[in-house]
Amino acid sequence: MINVIKEHMESIFEKGTREDGRKFDAYRKITVEYGISPKSAEGSAKVTIGDTIVVAGIKLEVGTPFPDTPDEGALMVNAELLPLSNPKFEMGPPTIDSIELSRVTDRVIRESRFVDFNKLCIKKGEKCWMIMVDIYPLNDAGNLFDAAALAALAALKDAKYPEFDGEKVDYSKRTNKSLPLGKLPMACTIMKIGNTLFVDPTPVEEEVIDSRLTIGLLDDDRVCSMQKGGEEGLTIEEVDKMVELAIKKAKELRNALK
Amino acid sequence: MAYTKRFDGRKADEIRPIEAKVGVVKRALGSASFKTGKTWAFAAVQGPKDINRFQQDPEKGVLRCNYNMMAFSGSGERVRPGPSRRSKEISMVTGKALLPVIDLGSFPGAAIDVYIELVQTDAGTRCAGITAAAMALADAGIPMNDLVTSVAVGVIDNKVFVDVNKEEEDYEDGMADIAVAMSVRTKKITLLQLDGFVSREELKKALESAYGACEKIKEVQVKALKDKYKV
Amino acid sequence: MSEIKVNERDIIIPGEIIATGLDYLPSGNVIREGDNLISTRVGLVNITGRFVKVIPLTGSYIPKRGDLIIGKIADIGLSGWRVDFSGWPYQANLSLKEASSDFIERGADLTKYFNYGDYIVAEIINVLGSKIIDLTVKAPGLRKLGPGRFMQVTSAKVPRVIGKQGSMISMIKEATGCRISVGQNGVVWISGDSPEKELLAVKAIEKIEAESHIQGLTERIKEFLEKNK
Repeated sequence: MINVIKEHMESIFEKGTREDGRKFDAYRKITVEYGISPKSAEGSAKVTIGDTIVVAGIKLEVGTPFPDTPDEGALMVNAELLPLSNPKFEMGPPTIDSIELSRVTDRVIRESRFVDFNKLCIKKGEKCWMIMVDIYPLNDAGNLFDAAALAALAALKDAKYPEFDGEKVDYSKRTNKSLPLGKLPMACTIMKIGNTLFVDPTPVEEEVIDSRLTIGLLDDDRVCSMQKGGEEGLTIEEVDKMVELAIKKAKELRNALK
Repeated sequence: MAYTKRFDGRKADEIRPIEAKVGVVKRALGSASFKTGKTWAFAAVQGPKDINRFQQDPEKGVLRCNYNMMAFSGSGERVRPGPSRRSKEISMVTGKALLPVIDLGSFPGAAIDVYIELVQTDAGTRCAGITAAAMALADAGIPMNDLVTSVAVGVIDNKVFVDVNKEEEDYEDGMADIAVAMSVRTKKITLLQLDGFVSREELKKALESAYGACEKIKEVQVKALKDKYKV
Repeated sequence: MSEIKVNERDIIIPGEIIATGLDYLPSGNVIREGDNLISTRVGLVNITGRFVKVIPLTGSYIPKRGDLIIGKIADIGLSGWRVDFSGWPYQANLSLKEASSDFIERGADLTKYFNYGDYIVAEIINVLGSKIIDLTVKAPGLRKLGPGRFMQVTSAKVPRVIGKQGSMISMIKEATGCRISVGQNGVVWISGDSPEKELLAVKAIEKIEAESHIQGLTERIKEFLEKNK
């Protein structure tokens, strides 16, 4: 079974370009807006990459630490693939794709130690802050992985603690205190079709990829998380080249959050 | 104490400032963003979609509405994702509010899906959702004989206040809260829900005030739909 | 007293009154409610003599007989193929009889004619309700599509993309040297000698979609193609 779309796209790749005229390492225009839901969310942001739109919001709650980490706070990341954003998404319980998006974004934030979990502790073994990140695409025009990571990181940067009197949280009053954040990590997903590696896929490109690799990077270019997707394998050289490209692009992505 | 001056200083018949835009979700058939004060709703239409045999209507399409609050959009703690009884009821009355003006005859056996997402809330959420959904349906090219416009009005001490916000809704001396949706052109009501106590006269006054508010909100809907084609 | 309330080519929205009185008659996307002729769609007002209609600017595709559509082979059965086509949730039928002027006998390997995943330009020969849509590929111009790129335009804009007697699409084909097929369901297939030429065709079609409601479209597209040759 030949795929006329993929065959044609590969012939375009051979000429060194993509269907929309971009270079393989070019992202579409990225915009970041902070504080889009200030009344309800402790932190929020809206990110666009080309026509893809993703919003993220932070809710902070006081809860009990997990028994095995009594002096740490908690983080939970939830991404929901809204049917509003793509006719292919259905109503219903989370699909494996939305679970993957949630967990991949979670790992970029968690494994990079971007949030200082110890500083979220209020009283060891008894009380801690819990950060809940919820991510929603509003328009899926490809590359939700990178847009979701950008939106989540921007929302975390935007977040401020609500007032807490030791017993109860008062959500109607917000302090000026930001979350305890370290150096900014970044996620960059590299796509592969045939022998071509590229970033920031359009929906058509996403449909025909052989593999993808989402790479979470620390501020110093060390890798802190990885997720491979797609049905084809990757050689060690290919993985290395993808990491190289991700490191190069992460700088650009970090600038978007300055 | 009698409620005479509104918390945010508005006049009794004054609606909140509105930002409305159409065609914001390119992958949807039609879409709209509607923000009134701090309540912000997105609506998008997808379809026509196939549905299972039991839900189909052989003569015309079926309208399915889904209202959802984003987890961070509530007024206090995080809202657990997934449908709640409240959101299911709002989804249902939203559909009923829109149906009277829509012609789904071109889509027999199929469904037209309307999705409403709240990004931030400050009361009047189902009304904002319905108002956004009507714009999204028009943007989607679904045949309609009018737009539907919706607003919540509050009644206390025989006075009516249009487009109540959360502070007013929670007013401790008790404000009756009436959610109304209507086809402004025909002045027909398609959504009517009430919480609180009102006399018959108060109710009538409230509905007339709601109509006045809907006229103003409809102007915004019309402008948003036409602005998409501004040269 | 009959009266027209708006101007020709004004943007009109559902429920808006175009004309009052009994002298005018409702045509496409216009209904009469009492004394008023109102629009049921977002579109452009068009008045020809006594007929009032609205040319819609948005809307999904409604299959009808005689339309050419671009679809994808989804399933192969004993008596033919099932075809997915964007804009409609139900599959269309391509029978053995309508697939080729050859006689295809039962039990033949149908993948030789059309295989899973093949894209075809087909004509709708019958529509019954929403689920029975019959296609043919036997008329001239109907065929399997080779490698190329696809784009989706709003179904309501397809007439502008094609133009009167195909004038607009011919202009784009000539200026870009691309082979282009346009389905009434808004699917457009483009195949050219270079990615740049294909992209130019894509941009021209996107421009038509964005500006179809503004006067002088043909001139502007001509200029655009000239400038970017």
